[in-house]
Amino acid sequence: MTDLTSLTLAEARKGLADKTFTSLELTDAHLSAIEKARLLNAFVLETPDQARSMAREADAKLAKGEAGPLAGIPLGIKDLFATKGVRTTACSKILGNFVPTYESTVTSQLWRDGAVMLGKLNNDEFAMGSANETSCFGPVGNPWRREGNNTTLVPGGSSGGSASAVAALLCMGATATDTGGSIRQPAAFTATVGIKPTYGRCSRWGIVAFASSLDQAGPIARSVRDSAMLLRSMAGHDPKDTTSVDIAVPDYEAAIGKSVKGMKIGIPKEYRLDGMPAEIEKLWSEGAAWLKAAGAELVEVSLPHTKYALPAYYIVAPAEASSNLARYDGVRYGLREQGKSITELYENTRASGFGAEVRRRVMIGTYVLSAGYYDAYYLRAQKVRTLIKKDFEDCFAKGVDAILTPATPSAAFGIGEKGGADPVEMYLNDIFTVTVNMAGLPGIAVPSGKDAQGLPLGLQLIGRPFDEETLFSLGEVIEQAAGRFTPARWW
Amino acid sequence: MSVDAATVRRIAHLARIAVAEDEVPHLQGELNAMLAFVEQLSEVNVEGVEPMTSVTPMQMKKRQDVVTDGEIADDIVANAPATEGHFFLVPKVVE
Repeated sequence: MTDLTSLTLAEARKGLADKTFTSLELTDAHLSAIEKARLLNAFVLETPDQARSMAREADAKLAKGEAGPLAGIPLGIKDLFATKGVRTTACSKILGNFVPTYESTVTSQLWRDGAVMLGKLNNDEFAMGSANETSCFGPVGNPWRREGNNTTLVPGGSSGGSASAVAALLCMGATATDTGGSIRQPAAFTATVGIKPTYGRCSRWGIVAFASSLDQAGPIARSVRDSAMLLRSMAGHDPKDTTSVDIAVPDYEAAIGKSVKGMKIGIPKEYRLDGMPAEIEKLWSEGAAWLKAAGAELVEVSLPHTKYALPAYYIVAPAEASSNLARYDGVRYGLREQGKSITELYENTRASGFGAEVRRRVMIGTYVLSAGYYDAYYLRAQKVRTLIKKDFEDCFAKGVDAILTPATPSAAFGIGEKGGADPVEMYLNDIFTVTVNMAGLPGIAVPSGKDAQGLPLGLQLIGRPFDEETLFSLGEVIEQAAGRFTPARWW
Repeated sequence: MSVDAATVRRIAHLARIAVAEDEVPHLQGELNAMLAFVEQLSEVNVEGVEPMTSVTPMQMKKRQDVVTDGEIADDIVANAPATEGHFFLVPKVVE
Protein backbone atom coordinates (compact mmCIF):
# COMPACT_ATOMS: atom_id res chain seq x y z
CA MET A 1 0.00 0.00 0.00
CA THR A 2 1.30 3.46 -0.83
CA ASP A 3 2.02 5.82 2.02
CA LEU A 4 -1.38 7.07 3.12
CA THR A 5 -0.06 10.58 3.73
CA SER A 6 0.81 11.06 0.06
CA LEU A 7 -2.80 10.70 -1.08
CA THR A 8 -4.81 13.72 -2.07
CA LEU A 9 -7.95 14.40 -0.13
CA ALA A 10 -10.04 13.23 -3.08
CA GLU A 11 -8.06 9.96 -3.27
CA ALA A 12 -8.41 9.43 0.48
CA ARG A 13 -12.15 9.98 0.29
CA LYS A 14 -12.35 7.22 -2.32
CA GLY A 15 -10.13 4.87 -0.29
CA LEU A 16 -12.32 5.39 2.76
CA ALA A 17 -15.51 4.84 0.79
CA ASP A 18 -14.09 1.67 -0.81
CA LYS A 19 -12.89 0.44 2.62
CA THR A 20 -9.30 0.17 1.33
CA PHE A 21 -8.25 1.69 4.67
CA THR A 22 -9.95 3.18 7.71
CA SER A 23 -9.91 6.73 8.98
CA LEU A 24 -8.05 5.48 12.03
CA GLU A 25 -5.27 4.11 9.80
CA LEU A 26 -5.21 7.32 7.79
CA THR A 27 -5.16 9.41 10.97
CA ASP A 28 -2.41 7.32 12.57
CA ALA A 29 -0.27 7.67 9.44
CA HIS A 30 -0.54 11.44 9.74
CA LEU A 31 0.05 11.51 13.49
CA SER A 32 3.25 9.56 12.98
CA ALA A 33 4.33 11.91 10.16
CA ILE A 34 3.71 14.89 12.48
CA GLU A 35 5.83 13.30 15.20
CA LYS A 36 8.73 12.87 12.77
CA ALA A 37 8.43 16.43 11.46
CA ARG A 38 8.73 18.43 14.68
CA LEU A 39 11.80 20.12 13.21
CA LEU A 40 9.45 22.07 10.93
CA ASN A 41 7.57 23.48 13.95
CA ALA A 42 4.36 23.49 11.89
CA PHE A 43 2.15 22.28 14.74
CA VAL A 44 1.98 24.23 17.98
CA LEU A 45 -0.33 21.67 19.58
CA GLU A 46 -0.86 18.03 18.60
CA THR A 47 -4.18 16.48 19.59
CA PRO A 48 -3.65 12.75 18.91
CA ASP A 49 -6.28 11.48 21.38
CA GLN A 50 -8.96 13.73 19.98
CA ALA A 51 -7.86 12.83 16.43
CA ARG A 52 -8.19 9.09 17.08
CA SER A 53 -11.55 9.45 18.76
CA MET A 54 -12.86 11.57 15.87
CA ALA A 55 -11.45 9.01 13.41
CA ARG A 56 -13.23 6.13 15.18
CA GLU A 57 -16.46 8.09 15.06
CA ALA A 58 -15.94 8.71 11.33
CA ASP A 59 -15.23 5.02 10.76
CA ALA A 60 -18.48 4.09 12.49
CA LYS A 61 -20.41 6.51 10.31
CA LEU A 62 -18.63 5.30 7.17
CA ALA A 63 -19.58 1.72 8.07
CA LYS A 64 -23.21 2.72 8.48
CA GLY A 65 -23.20 4.69 5.23
CA GLU A 66 -23.97 7.93 7.07
CA ALA A 67 -20.69 9.63 6.27
CA GLY A 68 -20.45 13.37 5.61
CA PRO A 69 -18.48 14.76 2.66
CA LEU A 70 -15.22 14.96 4.65
CA ALA A 71 -15.73 11.86 6.80
CA GLY A 72 -12.47 10.60 8.26
CA ILE A 73 -10.22 13.20 6.58
CA PRO A 74 -7.44 14.41 8.94
CA LEU A 75 -6.92 18.17 8.91
CA GLY A 76 -4.75 20.76 10.63
CA ILE A 77 -6.33 23.87 12.12
CA LYS A 78 -4.63 27.27 12.16
CA ASP A 79 -4.28 28.41 15.77
CA LEU A 80 -6.44 31.45 14.97
CA PHE A 81 -9.60 29.30 15.00
CA ALA A 82 -11.22 28.82 18.40
CA THR A 83 -11.53 25.11 19.13
CA LYS A 84 -13.67 24.10 22.07
CA GLY A 85 -11.63 22.66 24.92
CA VAL A 86 -8.41 22.88 22.88
CA ARG A 87 -5.88 25.65 23.55
CA THR A 88 -6.11 28.51 21.06
CA THR A 89 -3.44 31.21 21.19
CA ALA A 90 -3.22 33.04 17.83
CA CYS A 91 0.47 32.27 18.53
CA SER A 92 0.60 35.19 20.94
CA LYS A 93 1.92 35.14 24.49
CA ILE A 94 -0.96 37.38 25.48
CA LEU A 95 -3.53 34.61 25.03
CA GLY A 96 -1.37 32.30 27.14
CA ASN A 97 -3.27 29.09 27.80
CA PHE A 98 -6.61 30.33 26.53
CA VAL A 99 -8.98 27.39 26.17
CA PRO A 100 -12.16 28.38 24.31
CA THR A 101 -15.52 27.28 25.65
CA TYR A 102 -16.90 27.48 22.11
CA GLU A 103 -16.04 26.33 18.59
CA SER A 104 -15.54 28.61 15.57
CA THR A 105 -18.29 28.30 12.95
CA VAL A 106 -15.86 27.27 10.20
CA THR A 107 -14.30 24.42 12.21
CA SER A 108 -17.68 23.29 13.55
CA GLN A 109 -18.81 22.87 9.93
CA LEU A 110 -15.72 20.76 9.15
CA TRP A 111 -16.50 18.49 12.13
CA ARG A 112 -20.19 18.39 11.10
CA ASP A 113 -19.00 17.00 7.75
CA GLY A 114 -16.86 14.34 9.45
CA ALA A 115 -13.32 15.77 9.33
CA VAL A 116 -10.72 14.80 11.96
CA MET A 117 -8.60 17.35 13.85
CA LEU A 118 -4.88 16.49 14.11
CA GLY A 119 -3.88 19.62 16.02
CA LYS A 120 -3.32 23.37 15.89
CA LEU A 121 -0.99 25.00 13.38
CA ASN A 122 1.60 27.71 13.79
CA ASN A 123 1.01 31.19 12.38
CA ASP A 124 2.33 34.72 12.67
CA GLU A 125 1.22 36.33 15.94
CA PHE A 126 -2.40 37.47 15.39
CA ALA A 127 -1.76 36.70 11.68
CA MET A 128 0.51 39.74 11.43
CA GLY A 129 3.42 38.75 9.23
CA SER A 130 4.43 37.32 5.89
CA ALA A 131 7.01 34.76 6.98
CA ASN A 132 5.61 33.09 10.12
CA GLU A 133 8.51 34.64 12.03
CA THR A 134 6.43 36.65 14.50
CA SER A 135 4.87 33.59 16.20
CA CYS A 136 5.55 33.27 19.92
CA PHE A 137 6.25 29.58 19.22
CA GLY A 138 9.10 30.45 16.86
CA PRO A 139 9.45 30.27 13.08
CA VAL A 140 8.19 27.45 10.83
CA GLY A 141 10.43 25.66 8.34
CA ASN A 142 9.43 25.44 4.69
CA PRO A 143 9.69 21.82 3.46
CA TRP A 144 11.25 23.27 0.30
CA ARG A 145 14.95 24.21 0.24
CA ARG A 146 17.11 25.67 -2.50
CA GLU A 147 18.78 22.98 -4.60
CA GLY A 148 22.15 22.00 -3.11
CA ASN A 149 21.66 24.28 -0.11
CA ASN A 150 20.64 23.40 3.44
CA THR A 151 19.39 26.83 4.52
CA THR A 152 15.95 26.60 6.08
CA LEU A 153 13.51 28.91 4.33
CA VAL A 154 10.30 30.52 5.59
CA PRO A 155 6.98 29.01 4.44
CA GLY A 156 5.46 32.49 4.10
CA GLY A 157 2.81 33.82 6.40
CA SER A 158 0.72 34.29 8.22
CA SER A 159 -0.65 30.77 7.58
CA GLY A 160 2.91 29.36 7.54
CA GLY A 161 2.12 26.31 9.69
CA SER A 162 -0.86 25.45 7.48
CA ALA A 163 1.16 25.68 4.26
CA SER A 164 4.18 23.84 5.65
CA ALA A 165 2.09 21.00 7.15
CA VAL A 166 0.11 20.48 3.93
CA ALA A 167 3.25 20.56 1.74
CA ALA A 168 5.13 18.19 4.09
CA LEU A 169 2.23 15.66 4.01
CA LEU A 170 1.46 16.12 7.71
CA CYS A 171 -2.25 16.73 7.05
CA MET A 172 -4.54 16.39 4.03
CA GLY A 173 -5.60 20.00 4.19
CA ALA A 174 -5.64 22.89 6.62
CA THR A 175 -7.69 25.88 7.58
CA ALA A 176 -6.07 29.25 7.08
CA THR A 177 -7.02 32.92 7.10
CA ASP A 178 -6.12 35.75 4.76
CA THR A 179 -6.13 39.46 5.60
CA GLY A 180 -3.58 40.70 3.03
CA GLY A 181 -2.30 37.50 1.44
CA SER A 182 -1.92 35.11 4.37
CA ILE A 183 -3.41 32.12 2.51
CA ARG A 184 -2.13 32.77 -1.01
CA GLN A 185 1.47 33.85 -0.28
CA PRO A 186 2.34 30.80 1.90
CA ALA A 187 0.58 28.55 -0.64
CA ALA A 188 2.81 30.00 -3.37
CA PHE A 189 5.94 29.51 -1.22
CA THR A 190 5.18 25.82 -0.60
CA ALA A 191 3.61 24.62 -3.89
CA THR A 192 0.21 24.19 -2.30
CA VAL A 193 -3.18 25.53 -3.39
CA GLY A 194 -4.75 28.29 -1.30
CA ILE A 195 -8.01 30.09 -1.85
CA LYS A 196 -9.25 33.22 -0.12
CA PRO A 197 -12.96 33.30 -0.85
CA THR A 198 -15.06 36.43 -1.29
CA TYR A 199 -15.43 38.51 1.87
CA GLY A 200 -18.58 37.22 3.57
CA ARG A 201 -18.34 33.67 2.17
CA CYS A 202 -17.01 32.13 5.40
CA SER A 203 -18.15 33.12 8.85
CA ARG A 204 -15.56 34.98 10.93
CA TRP A 205 -17.28 33.92 14.16
CA GLY A 206 -14.78 32.28 16.51
CA ILE A 207 -11.74 33.30 14.49
CA VAL A 208 -9.33 35.56 16.40
CA ALA A 209 -9.87 38.96 14.78
CA PHE A 210 -7.05 40.94 13.13
CA ALA A 211 -8.69 43.40 10.68
CA SER A 212 -12.38 42.59 10.50
CA SER A 213 -13.17 44.23 7.15
CA LEU A 214 -10.37 42.23 5.46
CA ASP A 215 -10.17 38.88 7.33
CA GLN A 216 -11.49 35.81 5.51
CA ALA A 217 -11.01 32.11 6.19
CA GLY A 218 -10.13 29.63 3.47
CA PRO A 219 -8.38 26.31 2.94
CA ILE A 220 -4.85 25.31 1.95
CA ALA A 221 -4.64 21.93 0.22
CA ARG A 222 -2.52 19.94 -2.21
CA SER A 223 -4.77 20.21 -5.25
CA VAL A 224 -7.39 22.53 -6.67
CA ARG A 225 -10.02 19.82 -6.23
CA ASP A 226 -9.06 19.30 -2.57
CA SER A 227 -9.35 23.02 -1.89
CA ALA A 228 -12.81 23.04 -3.53
CA MET A 229 -13.93 20.16 -1.29
CA LEU A 230 -12.73 21.93 1.85
CA LEU A 231 -14.20 25.33 0.96
CA ARG A 232 -17.62 23.79 0.41
CA SER A 233 -17.69 22.67 4.04
CA MET A 234 -16.11 25.85 5.44
CA ALA A 235 -18.38 28.32 3.62
CA GLY A 236 -21.95 29.28 4.37
CA HIS A 237 -24.17 31.81 6.05
CA ASP A 238 -23.90 32.25 9.80
CA PRO A 239 -26.32 34.50 11.70
CA LYS A 240 -23.56 35.03 14.31
CA ASP A 241 -21.46 37.01 11.80
CA THR A 242 -23.42 39.96 10.41
CA THR A 243 -20.99 40.26 7.48
CA SER A 244 -21.53 36.65 6.45
CA VAL A 245 -23.59 36.54 3.28
CA ASP A 246 -26.82 34.62 3.02
CA ILE A 247 -26.44 32.99 -0.39
CA ALA A 248 -26.26 29.31 -1.25
CA VAL A 249 -22.85 27.59 -1.31
CA PRO A 250 -22.42 25.86 -4.67
CA ASP A 251 -20.87 22.44 -5.14
CA TYR A 252 -17.42 23.85 -5.90
CA GLU A 253 -16.09 20.47 -6.97
CA ALA A 254 -18.50 20.49 -9.91
CA ALA A 255 -16.55 23.46 -11.31
CA ILE A 256 -13.40 21.32 -11.63
CA GLY A 257 -12.88 20.22 -15.20
CA LYS A 258 -15.51 22.61 -16.55
CA SER A 259 -14.48 24.17 -19.87
CA VAL A 260 -12.94 27.63 -19.70
CA LYS A 261 -13.46 28.12 -23.43
CA GLY A 262 -14.40 31.69 -24.26
CA MET A 263 -13.62 33.03 -20.81
CA LYS A 264 -12.01 36.46 -20.81
CA ILE A 265 -8.87 36.62 -18.68
CA GLY A 266 -7.50 40.02 -17.73
CA ILE A 267 -3.75 40.62 -17.54
CA PRO A 268 -3.28 43.79 -15.48
CA LYS A 269 -0.39 45.89 -16.76
CA GLU A 270 0.15 47.53 -13.35
CA TYR A 271 1.31 44.18 -11.91
CA ARG A 272 4.36 44.27 -14.20
CA LEU A 273 6.74 45.80 -11.66
CA ASP A 274 10.09 47.39 -12.33
CA GLY A 275 12.83 44.99 -11.38
CA MET A 276 10.50 41.99 -11.28
CA PRO A 277 12.57 38.78 -11.57
CA ALA A 278 12.60 37.41 -15.11
CA GLU A 279 11.41 34.01 -13.87
CA ILE A 280 8.24 35.55 -12.39
CA GLU A 281 7.60 37.28 -15.71
CA LYS A 282 8.16 33.97 -17.52
CA LEU A 283 5.83 32.07 -15.17
CA TRP A 284 3.13 34.65 -15.74
CA SER A 285 3.29 34.39 -19.56
CA GLU A 286 3.38 30.60 -19.30
CA GLY A 287 0.21 30.66 -17.18
CA ALA A 288 -1.46 32.94 -19.72
CA ALA A 289 -0.43 30.60 -22.53
CA TRP A 290 -1.93 27.57 -20.70
CA LEU A 291 -5.26 29.35 -20.26
CA LYS A 292 -5.20 30.44 -23.89
CA ALA A 293 -4.52 26.88 -25.02
CA ALA A 294 -7.58 25.83 -23.02
CA GLY A 295 -9.70 28.26 -25.04
CA ALA A 296 -9.68 31.36 -22.85
CA GLU A 297 -9.21 34.78 -24.35
CA LEU A 298 -6.50 37.04 -22.91
CA VAL A 299 -7.02 40.78 -22.64
CA GLU A 300 -4.80 43.47 -21.20
CA VAL A 301 -6.59 45.35 -18.42
CA SER A 302 -5.73 48.32 -16.26
CA LEU A 303 -6.11 48.55 -12.47
CA PRO A 304 -4.69 52.06 -12.07
CA HIS A 305 -4.74 52.26 -8.25
CA THR A 306 -2.81 49.01 -7.69
CA LYS A 307 0.30 50.71 -6.26
CA TYR A 308 -1.78 52.39 -3.56
CA ALA A 309 -3.31 49.18 -2.22
CA LEU A 310 -0.41 48.23 0.04
CA PRO A 311 0.02 51.67 1.65
CA ALA A 312 -3.76 51.96 2.14
CA TYR A 313 -3.73 48.47 3.67
CA TYR A 314 -1.05 49.54 6.16
CA ILE A 315 -3.46 52.18 7.44
CA VAL A 316 -6.75 50.25 7.38
CA ALA A 317 -5.43 46.95 8.77
CA PRO A 318 -3.46 48.39 11.74
CA ALA A 319 -6.36 50.74 12.53
CA GLU A 320 -8.79 47.83 12.77
CA ALA A 321 -6.20 45.77 14.64
CA SER A 322 -5.67 48.47 17.24
CA SER A 323 -9.40 48.38 17.91
CA ASN A 324 -9.78 44.58 17.83
CA LEU A 325 -6.76 43.99 20.05
CA ALA A 326 -8.02 46.39 22.72
CA ARG A 327 -9.72 43.37 24.28
CA TYR A 328 -6.38 41.95 25.46
CA ASP A 329 -6.33 43.74 28.77
CA GLY A 330 -5.07 41.18 31.27
CA VAL A 331 -8.47 41.07 32.93
CA ARG A 332 -10.78 38.77 31.02
CA TYR A 333 -8.41 36.11 29.70
CA GLY A 334 -4.82 35.30 28.98
CA LEU A 335 -1.67 36.83 30.36
CA ARG A 336 -1.67 39.34 33.18
CA GLU A 337 1.24 41.43 34.39
CA GLN A 338 0.65 43.22 37.67
CA GLY A 339 0.47 47.00 37.98
CA LYS A 340 -0.22 49.45 40.77
CA SER A 341 -3.22 50.86 38.93
CA ILE A 342 -5.56 49.39 36.33
CA THR A 343 -3.83 51.47 33.61
CA GLU A 344 -0.44 50.15 34.65
CA LEU A 345 -1.82 46.62 34.62
CA TYR A 346 -3.05 47.14 31.04
CA GLU A 347 0.22 48.73 29.91
CA ASN A 348 2.45 46.11 31.48
CA THR A 349 0.32 43.21 30.26
CA ARG A 350 0.21 44.49 26.68
CA ALA A 351 3.93 45.38 26.61
CA SER A 352 4.89 41.92 27.74
CA GLY A 353 2.19 39.93 25.93
CA PHE A 354 2.41 41.41 22.43
CA GLY A 355 5.42 40.76 20.22
CA ALA A 356 7.32 43.53 18.41
CA GLU A 357 5.35 43.41 15.14
CA VAL A 358 1.98 43.45 16.92
CA ARG A 359 3.05 46.36 19.18
CA ARG A 360 4.19 48.30 16.12
CA ARG A 361 0.91 47.74 14.25
CA VAL A 362 -1.28 48.53 17.25
CA MET A 363 0.66 51.74 17.73
CA ILE A 364 0.47 52.84 14.09
CA GLY A 365 -3.23 51.99 14.10
CA THR A 366 -3.76 54.02 17.24
CA TYR A 367 -1.93 56.94 15.65
CA VAL A 368 -3.91 56.98 12.38
CA LEU A 369 -7.18 56.89 14.32
CA SER A 370 -6.19 59.56 16.84
CA ALA A 371 -7.67 63.05 16.92
CA GLY A 372 -6.18 65.29 14.26
CA TYR A 373 -4.86 62.44 12.08
CA TYR A 374 -8.03 60.47 11.34
CA ASP A 375 -8.95 62.43 8.19
CA ALA A 376 -5.45 62.60 6.79
CA TYR A 377 -4.78 58.88 7.18
CA TYR A 378 -7.74 56.64 7.90
CA LEU A 379 -10.44 58.47 5.96
CA ARG A 380 -8.14 58.99 2.97
CA ALA A 381 -7.17 55.30 2.99
CA GLN A 382 -10.84 54.27 3.00
CA LYS A 383 -11.43 56.55 0.00
CA VAL A 384 -8.48 55.00 -1.81
CA ARG A 385 -10.00 51.62 -0.99
CA THR A 386 -13.18 52.66 -2.79
CA LEU A 387 -11.05 53.51 -5.85
CA ILE A 388 -9.22 50.17 -5.73
CA LYS A 389 -12.53 48.32 -5.66
CA LYS A 390 -13.82 50.46 -8.54
CA ASP A 391 -10.79 49.49 -10.64
CA PHE A 392 -11.87 45.86 -10.39
CA GLU A 393 -15.55 46.67 -10.97
CA ASP A 394 -14.68 48.58 -14.16
CA CYS A 395 -12.62 45.64 -15.33
CA PHE A 396 -15.35 43.06 -14.65
CA ALA A 397 -17.94 45.36 -16.26
CA LYS A 398 -16.00 44.98 -19.51
CA GLY A 399 -16.75 41.26 -19.47
CA VAL A 400 -13.56 40.02 -17.82
CA ASP A 401 -14.22 36.71 -16.01
CA ALA A 402 -11.01 36.56 -13.97
CA ILE A 403 -7.64 38.24 -13.65
CA LEU A 404 -4.30 36.43 -13.81
CA THR A 405 -1.29 37.72 -11.83
CA PRO A 406 1.81 36.31 -10.15
CA ALA A 407 1.05 35.33 -6.52
CA THR A 408 4.25 36.75 -5.03
CA PRO A 409 7.13 38.94 -6.24
CA SER A 410 9.71 36.24 -5.31
CA ALA A 411 10.10 32.67 -4.09
CA ALA A 412 10.58 31.80 -0.40
CA PHE A 413 13.52 33.40 1.43
CA GLY A 414 15.62 32.46 4.41
CA ILE A 415 14.57 32.85 8.05
CA GLY A 416 15.69 36.29 9.28
CA GLU A 417 16.58 37.50 5.78
CA LYS A 418 13.90 40.16 5.39
CA GLY A 419 12.41 43.07 7.33
CA GLY A 420 15.10 43.29 10.00
CA ALA A 421 15.99 46.92 9.34
CA ASP A 422 12.83 48.17 7.66
CA PRO A 423 9.42 46.55 8.28
CA VAL A 424 8.25 47.73 4.84
CA GLU A 425 10.67 45.28 3.14
CA MET A 426 8.58 42.39 4.56
CA TYR A 427 5.29 44.07 3.74
CA LEU A 428 6.17 44.16 0.01
CA ASN A 429 5.63 40.38 -0.11
CA ASP A 430 1.89 41.01 -0.25
CA ILE A 431 1.99 43.48 -3.13
CA PHE A 432 0.05 41.20 -5.52
CA THR A 433 -2.38 39.74 -2.98
CA VAL A 434 -3.42 42.70 -0.85
CA THR A 435 -5.53 44.39 -3.56
CA VAL A 436 -7.89 41.41 -3.44
CA ASN A 437 -8.59 41.86 0.29
CA MET A 438 -9.06 45.59 -0.14
CA ALA A 439 -11.74 44.87 -2.78
CA GLY A 440 -13.26 41.89 -0.93
CA LEU A 441 -12.79 39.59 -3.96
CA PRO A 442 -11.95 35.88 -4.15
CA GLY A 443 -8.39 34.92 -5.09
CA ILE A 444 -6.68 31.55 -5.54
CA ALA A 445 -2.96 30.75 -5.63
CA VAL A 446 -2.00 27.71 -7.69
CA PRO A 447 1.51 26.17 -7.94
CA SER A 448 2.80 26.88 -11.41
CA GLY A 449 6.51 26.25 -11.63
CA LYS A 450 9.90 26.57 -9.99
CA ASP A 451 12.58 29.22 -10.00
CA ALA A 452 16.22 28.62 -11.00
CA GLN A 453 17.02 27.46 -7.44
CA GLY A 454 14.29 24.85 -7.52
CA LEU A 455 11.84 26.76 -5.32
CA PRO A 456 8.12 26.76 -6.05
CA LEU A 457 6.32 29.76 -7.54
CA GLY A 458 2.60 30.32 -7.85
CA LEU A 459 0.11 32.21 -9.96
CA GLN A 460 -2.93 34.02 -8.64
CA LEU A 461 -6.38 34.18 -10.19
CA ILE A 462 -8.76 36.90 -9.01
CA GLY A 463 -12.50 36.47 -9.56
CA ARG A 464 -15.77 38.36 -9.44
CA PRO A 465 -17.49 38.53 -6.06
CA PHE A 466 -18.91 35.11 -5.08
CA ASP A 467 -17.63 33.49 -8.27
CA GLU A 468 -15.13 31.11 -6.69
CA GLU A 469 -16.30 28.47 -9.18
CA THR A 470 -14.59 30.20 -12.11
CA LEU A 471 -11.37 30.28 -10.08
CA PHE A 472 -11.58 26.53 -9.48
CA SER A 473 -12.18 25.86 -13.19
CA LEU A 474 -9.25 28.04 -14.26
CA GLY A 475 -7.04 26.83 -11.39
CA GLU A 476 -7.57 23.26 -12.54
CA VAL A 477 -6.34 24.19 -16.03
CA ILE A 478 -3.13 25.60 -14.53
CA GLU A 479 -2.69 22.57 -12.25
CA GLN A 480 -3.14 20.18 -15.20
CA ALA A 481 -0.58 22.08 -17.26
CA ALA A 482 1.97 22.75 -14.52
CA GLY A 483 1.66 19.44 -12.70
CA ARG A 484 1.96 19.02 -8.94
CA PHE A 485 5.12 19.54 -6.91
CA THR A 486 6.32 17.61 -3.85
CA PRO A 487 9.37 18.56 -1.77
CA ALA A 488 12.13 16.02 -1.08
CA ARG A 489 12.02 15.00 2.58
CA TRP A 490 14.88 16.31 4.76
CA TRP A 491 13.17 16.80 8.12
CA MET B 1 4.36 63.52 8.31
CA SER B 2 6.58 61.98 10.93
CA VAL B 3 6.42 61.41 14.66
CA ASP B 4 8.80 62.74 17.32
CA ALA B 5 9.75 61.02 20.57
CA ALA B 6 6.99 62.75 22.55
CA THR B 7 4.38 61.55 20.04
CA VAL B 8 5.69 57.98 20.29
CA ARG B 9 5.21 58.13 24.08
CA ARG B 10 1.72 59.60 23.64
CA ILE B 11 0.68 56.88 21.13
CA ALA B 12 2.07 54.18 23.41
CA HIS B 13 -0.03 55.52 26.25
CA LEU B 14 -3.15 55.74 24.06
CA ALA B 15 -2.54 52.13 22.98
CA ARG B 16 -1.95 51.12 26.63
CA ILE B 17 1.45 49.62 25.87
CA ALA B 18 4.27 50.36 28.30
CA VAL B 19 7.32 51.58 26.39
CA ALA B 20 10.69 51.93 28.12
CA GLU B 21 12.65 55.11 27.45
CA ASP B 22 15.39 53.23 25.59
CA GLU B 23 12.83 51.67 23.19
CA VAL B 24 11.55 55.06 22.01
CA PRO B 25 14.18 55.89 19.34
CA HIS B 26 13.86 52.45 17.73
CA LEU B 27 10.05 52.60 17.69
CA GLN B 28 10.17 56.13 16.36
CA GLY B 29 12.30 54.95 13.43
CA GLU B 30 9.95 52.06 12.63
CA LEU B 31 6.79 54.14 12.87
CA ASN B 32 8.34 56.79 10.66
CA ALA B 33 9.32 54.15 8.09
CA MET B 34 5.67 53.07 7.95
CA LEU B 35 4.44 56.66 7.75
CA ALA B 36 6.91 57.41 4.94
CA PHE B 37 5.61 54.36 3.08
CA VAL B 38 1.94 55.41 3.34
CA GLU B 39 2.80 59.01 2.42
CA GLN B 40 2.32 58.18 -1.29
CA LEU B 41 -1.46 58.10 -0.69
CA SER B 42 -1.41 61.90 -0.60
CA GLU B 43 -0.84 61.96 -4.38
CA VAL B 44 -4.20 60.20 -5.05
CA ASN B 45 -7.07 62.47 -6.04
CA VAL B 46 -9.87 61.50 -3.65
CA GLU B 47 -12.06 64.51 -4.40
CA GLY B 48 -15.71 63.44 -4.21
CA VAL B 49 -14.87 59.79 -3.42
CA GLU B 50 -16.96 58.10 -0.72
CA PRO B 51 -14.91 56.34 1.95
CA MET B 52 -15.56 52.61 1.98
CA THR B 53 -17.80 51.42 4.78
CA SER B 54 -18.68 47.93 3.53
CA VAL B 55 -16.78 45.97 0.92
CA THR B 56 -19.86 43.97 -0.09
CA PRO B 57 -22.95 45.99 -0.97
CA MET B 58 -25.35 44.70 1.65
CA GLN B 59 -28.07 45.87 3.97
CA MET B 60 -27.04 45.75 7.57
CA LYS B 61 -28.69 42.67 9.02
CA LYS B 62 -30.93 43.12 12.00
CA ARG B 63 -31.75 40.52 14.59
CA GLN B 64 -34.96 39.94 16.49
CA ASP B 65 -34.73 41.66 19.85
CA VAL B 66 -34.90 38.43 21.81
CA VAL B 67 -32.55 36.65 24.20
CA THR B 68 -30.77 33.82 22.37
CA ASP B 69 -27.82 33.21 24.64
CA GLY B 70 -26.77 33.61 28.24
CA GLU B 71 -26.53 31.84 31.60
CA ILE B 72 -22.90 31.03 30.84
CA ALA B 73 -21.13 33.01 33.55
CA ASP B 74 -18.85 30.04 34.28
CA ASP B 75 -17.71 30.03 30.65
CA ILE B 76 -17.16 33.79 30.63
CA VAL B 77 -14.78 33.77 33.58
CA ALA B 78 -13.20 30.39 32.80
CA ASN B 79 -10.05 31.90 31.27
CA ALA B 80 -9.68 34.96 33.48
CA PRO B 81 -6.36 35.34 35.33
CA ALA B 82 -8.03 36.48 38.58
CA THR B 83 -11.65 36.01 39.60
CA GLU B 84 -13.83 35.78 42.65
CA GLY B 85 -17.08 33.96 42.01
CA HIS B 86 -18.37 35.33 38.76
CA PHE B 87 -16.39 38.59 39.04
CA PHE B 88 -13.16 39.67 37.36
CA LEU B 89 -10.61 41.00 39.83
CA VAL B 90 -8.69 44.22 39.06
CA PRO B 91 -6.58 46.64 41.13
CA LYS B 92 -8.62 49.15 43.09
CA VAL B 93 -9.99 51.87 40.78
CA VAL B 94 -12.06 53.94 43.22
CA GLU B 95 -10.57 55.27 46.46
